[in-house]
Amino acid sequence: MHFSAEQVSNLHRLAPEIILCLFGIVIMLLDPFLGRARQRALGWVAFIGTLAAAASLRLMYLDQGYAYNELIRADLFSIFGHAVVIGAAALCVLGAINYLDDENLQRGEFYALVLFATAGMGILAGANELLTAFVGLEMSSISSYILAGFRKRATKSNESSLKYFILGSFATAFFLYGIAMVYGVTGTTRIDQVQPALDQIISATGQVPALSILGLALIFVGLGFKVVAAPFHIYGPDVYEGAPTPVTALLASGPKAATFALMLRIFYVAFPGEVHFWFWAIWGSAILTMFVGNLAAIVQSNVKRMLAYSSIAHAGYILVAFAAATVYGVSAVLFYLAAYTFMKVGAFLVVTHLGQQDERHLEITDYAGLGTRQPALAVCFSLFLFSLLGLPATGGFLGKFFAFQAALDSHAAFGPAIVWLVIIAAINSVIGAYYYLRIIIAMYFWEPSKDYTPSKVPLAVGTALAIAAIGTLYLGILPRDVLHAAFAAATSLIAR
Amino acid sequence: MATASHWLSFIVFLPLLGVPALLCLRDEDHVWIRRVALVVSLVEFVISLFLLPGFRMGQPDYQFVEYANWIGNAIHYHIGIDGLSLFLVLLTTFLTPLAILCSWTSIHENVKGFFIAILVIETAMIGVFVSLDLFLFFLFWELTLIPMYFMIGIWGHDRRIYAAVKFILYTMFGSILMLVAILWLYNLSNAHGTGTFDLPTLQAQLQHGIISLPPTTELLLFCAFFLAFAIKVPLFPFHTWLPDAHTEAPTAGSVILAGVMLKLGTYGIMRFCLPLFPYAAHRLAHIIGVLALIGIIYGALVATIQPNFKRLVAYTSVSHLGFVILGIFSFTTISFQGAIFQMISHGVSTGGLFLGLGMIYDRRHTYEIKEFGGLVNPMPIIMAFYLFIALSSLALPPLNGFIGEFLILIGVFQYHHVWAAFASSGAVLSAIYLLWSYQRVALGEVTVEKNRSLTDASGRERVILVTIALAILFMGIASPLFTRRMEATTDNLVRQTQIEGARQDAKAPPPTRIAPPAPTGFGAAHSAGNRLTPAAPAQARLVNATTAAQVNP
Repeated sequence: MHFSAEQVSNLHRLAPEIILCLFGIVIMLLDPFLGRARQRALGWVAFIGTLAAAASLRLMYLDQGYAYNELIRADLFSIFGHAVVIGAAALCVLGAINYLDDENLQRGEFYALVLFATAGMGILAGANELLTAFVGLEMSSISSYILAGFRKRATKSNESSLKYFILGSFATAFFLYGIAMVYGVTGTTRIDQVQPALDQIISATGQVPALSILGLALIFVGLGFKVVAAPFHIYGPDVYEGAPTPVTALLASGPKAATFALMLRIFYVAFPGEVHFWFWAIWGSAILTMFVGNLAAIVQSNVKRMLAYSSIAHAGYILVAFAAATVYGVSAVLFYLAAYTFMKVGAFLVVTHLGQQDERHLEITDYAGLGTRQPALAVCFSLFLFSLLGLPATGGFLGKFFAFQAALDSHAAFGPAIVWLVIIAAINSVIGAYYYLRIIIAMYFWEPSKDYTPSKVPLAVGTALAIAAIGTLYLGILPRDVLHAAFAAATSLIAR
Repeated sequence: MATASHWLSFIVFLPLLGVPALLCLRDEDHVWIRRVALVVSLVEFVISLFLLPGFRMGQPDYQFVEYANWIGNAIHYHIGIDGLSLFLVLLTTFLTPLAILCSWTSIHENVKGFFIAILVIETAMIGVFVSLDLFLFFLFWELTLIPMYFMIGIWGHDRRIYAAVKFILYTMFGSILMLVAILWLYNLSNAHGTGTFDLPTLQAQLQHGIISLPPTTELLLFCAFFLAFAIKVPLFPFHTWLPDAHTEAPTAGSVILAGVMLKLGTYGIMRFCLPLFPYAAHRLAHIIGVLALIGIIYGALVATIQPNFKRLVAYTSVSHLGFVILGIFSFTTISFQGAIFQMISHGVSTGGLFLGLGMIYDRRHTYEIKEFGGLVNPMPIIMAFYLFIALSSLALPPLNGFIGEFLILIGVFQYHHVWAAFASSGAVLSAIYLLWSYQRVALGEVTVEKNRSLTDASGRERVILVTIALAILFMGIASPLFTRRMEATTDNLVRQTQIEGARQDAKAPPPTRIAPPAPTGFGAAHSAGNRLTPAAPAQARLVNATTAAQVNP
């Protein structure tokens, strides 16, 4: 068989998705041949699949450019996005293996769905065309709907799946409607050609076509739903709380990162000229998101739900960097996403492990005295919480640091509004401190509860936690390489 | 002054090296955990003493400087000391072994964690004092919070959780706005192509007018920095976290908190607020001075009526630190020297008061004054030393407290007569609350039967008390040894805070200290402009004139 050079390049530029899907299919094929007891091996197969996909990013890196009639763009930005979502998937797979044993849900399709969802997220990060992005969105969403309902006998899991499905369908419909309007105005769905088309219309008619703004607004609604930004966040806590915890870890990190990548591409590449319209949408949404997430998290006593609200708040901080509308903003968003993935997945994996069978132990009182019972686990969890809180020497701090810096840097363009945005974000991070510290108080300052004995940390979970913890510290202390990568990615997105 | 040695880094990180050593020990091996922690802190103290012979007097530049690129070209590992930070570093290394000694028997649970916390906190505090890069400074600044939070929360008294949360939330609220201000400063310098977090460079840019700072912006930036420091000090309306944190903290926690941590605030004001924003400092000096005066008098009055002995001593800090703030905002050489001296001497004497209180608490497990009375009968040694320390705290000549307050009052008098008048009343009030409380606790007949059988100081406690007393005496008698080393720094600070100085008059010769550091030997990448990330191509900015014009044709 002979491939033309273009076809080979196409394969290179879509390599991670191809590998993820292949591994997913292999897992589905192997599934029936393995007995109940051996199904957990598929988890390791899936983990190897994510590693292979991560390795294939190298192919993408060496052979950058457009693929498949310019539907896909393999640039540094896309590679960065891929790295984040694949990393999140790998950690979640590791965290899920023992969980599924405990829940008696060990089945190959779980891992296959995770891999398919990840492939969909990869497409989101690399899509250069709105309908391709839509396909990627659906691919990741539909897999996620099933994953959210994977604990079939648990009512909450059913609720989670159904809510996610119904509201998610609405959101994708909004997104599609938005695409249609943009297409109606500009006659193209290619992200990089929207701007020239709009320029022509503007120079001919002298004004920005209202329909394109409306289309952009609908796209924002659709994607805002996916990143769980207020006011489209209502479903978030219920879905996150009901889904199996490793799935929650994935939902809170992967789709969020991928959708932010797509949002960056659409807003920054297709609609840079309309920045004075969408800036205010992002601005308002950021403020609302931060307040809703943080204030609601304060009153939660269920740790899983608290972390769900905290991930809403973090979407707000990311939007602060997003609002900067500069290459620094992009690089800050990307850095934040990388740091956020480590700390959030890490935190949810701790919750996974401590939840035990049927996720019975999610209340904050169950964490009492963890510091003396399982010091290593408690130190890991504290590290993630401090990082989410934004204390220095952690990735979370530098994420906020660069986000605030990028936003303040755009002061000249947007005036005091963006300064206030940063101040509000800063105040919010102190509000957030309150509920993260509550968990730490429980772990270290309370007496251990009598009716609950946490179990030992199994190898897979331990590995995932160690990776997440090291990643959090690495990004906090030696961020130079990742920062440069994020900046190179940002430059590849904007400066063509 | 770039020197090849890494002496200062070694001092900063040595306590941290003790942490893995402690982790290797078994949890139950309390004896060796204590010994290792004590040895580490003692070695730390000894090597920090070697800073003294190496420190050149009359030299306004930073010394023992180390400089290396860290993140991008904008954030550096830049540390160094001058006459201000030298003594604060020594104060830290002096008090930490005492804090470890005083926890020798009083900490029973989770002993390993406790001593790890003390060592981490020591590194963080020294790091704050030596950082010359705003990012590095902020990192250490926030790092001090975490171990202190755990120390209060785990090993504290009854209402420890409330106190710990109050402490950390208050402090974080202040510092997060400082972070915004730091970023703002960075962006200002970035606008001229050389974005940096480097303190001396920023200072030079501000003074030479390379960064122009409109008065309102300067005022806001000053306030953002000052709020963080004022909460830490604590200045009058922001002081409410302090009595709770002190009362609930274990003895070692109080010693570190009062002895060193409060000085992080006053240090920050002298290091950052004044030299970076001299105009704003002068504009707000009157308000801040009045707040400091209120703090002096209010703190003293509230201390007088406290029924809880530890809370009483906690409030004295509000009063004494008010003197320091007043000294700083009088902008004279002598008041600056007094402020620095008072920081050190307050650290030693209030640290000493808390150590003494801790000894009483170890025996009676209460701080209520009404539970005591006539304590001098069962434990004459402890109470005698306590009196000595209290006398130093109320500024009896020739002890250390007198030198600090006297220098400050002289300086304040030059600047503002009325302030000096009110401030001296604080000195009188301090005699009232300290002596009256001493009288109720120590003198007379033993009123509570339990107190008759109390034992006097053990060998370990005598070591602590004698060390503190010697330090007090030494500082009082040999004060020129201290002030001479501060002179160059305070003179420089006076020069930098003169408002009719360099900024309008660009031709004026730049003060010596703010020369940008020589990047020799560390891969000098300055010429390309210091950015967090490589310079962006011009077209990479979305928001530019053309796109803006497009929207509003």
